[in-house]
Amino acid sequence: MSSNGRPVLDVEDLVVRYPIARGLIGGAARRPQRWVHAVEGVSFSLGRGELLALVGESGCGKTTTAQTVLRLIDPVGGRISFDGEDITAVPSRALRPLRRRMQIIYQDPYESLDPRLTVRATVEEPLVIHGAGGSKAGRAELVHDALTRVELTPPELFLERYPHELSGGQRQRVAIAASIVLGPDLLVADEPVSMLDVSVRAGVLGLLDRLRRAGLAILMITHDLSTAARFADRIAVMYLGRIVEEGPSREVVGDPRHPYTKALLSVVPSRDPRNRSRPQILTGEAPDAVRIPTGCRFHPRCPVAITDCREIDPALERAGGREHLAACILARSG
Amino acid sequence: MSPLLELDELHVWFDLGEGHELHAVQGVSLSLEPGQRLGLVGESGCGKTTTVLGLLGLLPQNASVAGRVLLNGEDILAGGEESIRPHRWVDLAIVFQGAMNALNPVKTVGSQIVEALEVHRMASGVEARRRAGSLLESVGIPADRGDRYPHEFSGGMRQRAAIAMALACDPSVLVADEPTTALDVMVQAQILELLDGLCRDFGLALLLVTHDLPVVAQLCDRAAVMYAGEIVEAGAVDGLFHDPRHPYTRLLFAATPDLHGDGTPVSIPGAPPRLDRPLAGCPFRPRCDRSFARCADERPVLKRVEGGGTAACHLNDSPVEVTA
Repeated sequence: MSSNGRPVLDVEDLVVRYPIARGLIGGAARRPQRWVHAVEGVSFSLGRGELLALVGESGCGKTTTAQTVLRLIDPVGGRISFDGEDITAVPSRALRPLRRRMQIIYQDPYESLDPRLTVRATVEEPLVIHGAGGSKAGRAELVHDALTRVELTPPELFLERYPHELSGGQRQRVAIAASIVLGPDLLVADEPVSMLDVSVRAGVLGLLDRLRRAGLAILMITHDLSTAARFADRIAVMYLGRIVEEGPSREVVGDPRHPYTKALLSVVPSRDPRNRSRPQILTGEAPDAVRIPTGCRFHPRCPVAITDCREIDPALERAGGREHLAACILARSG
Repeated sequence: MSPLLELDELHVWFDLGEGHELHAVQGVSLSLEPGQRLGLVGESGCGKTTTVLGLLGLLPQNASVAGRVLLNGEDILAGGEESIRPHRWVDLAIVFQGAMNALNPVKTVGSQIVEALEVHRMASGVEARRRAGSLLESVGIPADRGDRYPHEFSGGMRQRAAIAMALACDPSVLVADEPTTALDVMVQAQILELLDGLCRDFGLALLLVTHDLPVVAQLCDRAAVMYAGEIVEAGAVDGLFHDPRHPYTRLLFAATPDLHGDGTPVSIPGAPPRLDRPLAGCPFRPRCDRSFARCADERPVLKRVEGGGTAACHLNDSPVEVTA
């Protein structure tokens, strides 16, 4: 974990729910309020120099989890600690000094960069907002340094360019430069390469990997298990608002314990045509997060469910190695 | 066996106005035999979607086309829209990435399939409704769901419905342009399994356009790799992965992460060339790790190579010159 023993991010039993609009008629008829159970009791911690991948299908709550730990969404329960400080209920104005230490990059570098700003202005903006970097010359030096770290070199070649003059990979690097210029401790990367061409994805992931080695804690949201397997230290698999399996990447990929993880891994196609394995395809799609199934929330789609699974809601418990956890009553023995 | 579908030196230019022109497809030739599955792969902007829109006669007004598209030996491009229309949907059906765009939001899914059957005089009335139901069932949708609207379907269900509609006229070729790109992994696996089954059961030939090499490796027999508007290598998928004859093919596989493969993916430096100006030499040369003097001067042409495929790379002519 972290060098000083304290995780950068520690999340305990996080719960996030969204109310569903009842509409005029529903309100007048006093129909009961219904909720989207986006995140239901998620716990994890992330240390300095560590990359944790949150994986799962759309709607599993991975993006909500990430936005909540950054306090962009308010949780209804649980606790979020950032560098040892409980930030769950810190009012947004008081969050500001913390904001510079936690940053986020998004999937689409075409949307996340302001088309009217040059690369210099984009990367300098966070410094201006937070009054960091001192003088103009000081800021210029930090901008120069950030561009160098994201390998947009020589920086002079990029400073005066606009987003439309850059490739997708270069845009994502600019977004990363703007996110690291304040020297954050935590970076949330929400599907950082899924909009990029295959030929440049590895470069951006390699860059995140080097930032991690330099001490940055990275929470990466991805639906791509191959990417998670290669670049994450640990993988947490989410299903319907819960982490159903978590552990070191090698163990989760090489020795999955939860039937959902097993199925997800089996459908990842191999690039080698000779390696045509039989995927274990689950029928249907994940149910919506309004009506969560009883017992184990995965049981209606689970290929190995037993009667108990309809009643017992399994906790995330040790399965396999010391740090390998799974939420399945069948995983403990197996 | 004569090919079912053949592209012969297809070119597409887009008029950008003010005398500017973009040469998006630069002489693509490929052939597809009955029941065969061909993957057309490459990075965005390489011309793969333009190629299939060109062969289906679906390009916008500012595009001009040259070359031939032969369906069972007949040139369907020669007479413009007049000569393509009788074949579109009937022999050549299409499935696009965003299934929502293929379906009319204000009509039920079933009635849209009935309409497709009636327009193409495949069936009418009760018989059309019965066939619509069985088409839905062939893609894994219960027939009674036909009375629902597209927005009541999930993304995967909509893509299934779009496939059912494409199959309405019993086509011999299904062109699928990034059919699973916007879908989750599990739904992607379901759709790929469906396409696999349809090709097997109905003898459909598949032209699959995608940037996703693993999908092609798993679903297709052959693949054609496009770069800068041309095919740079084509052949059996096994050969492309295990014995690539063009550096781009090798580097593209090396950039693709693999769950169980070894090694860290490596990206390809640089970016594809712009196609709105003439290309000199090999278009891949600036990004290639094996280029030599000849590559700067002479654009390689697609030639037959050892192993039965084709590749457009000078390295295949003169192995002596490989010193790197």
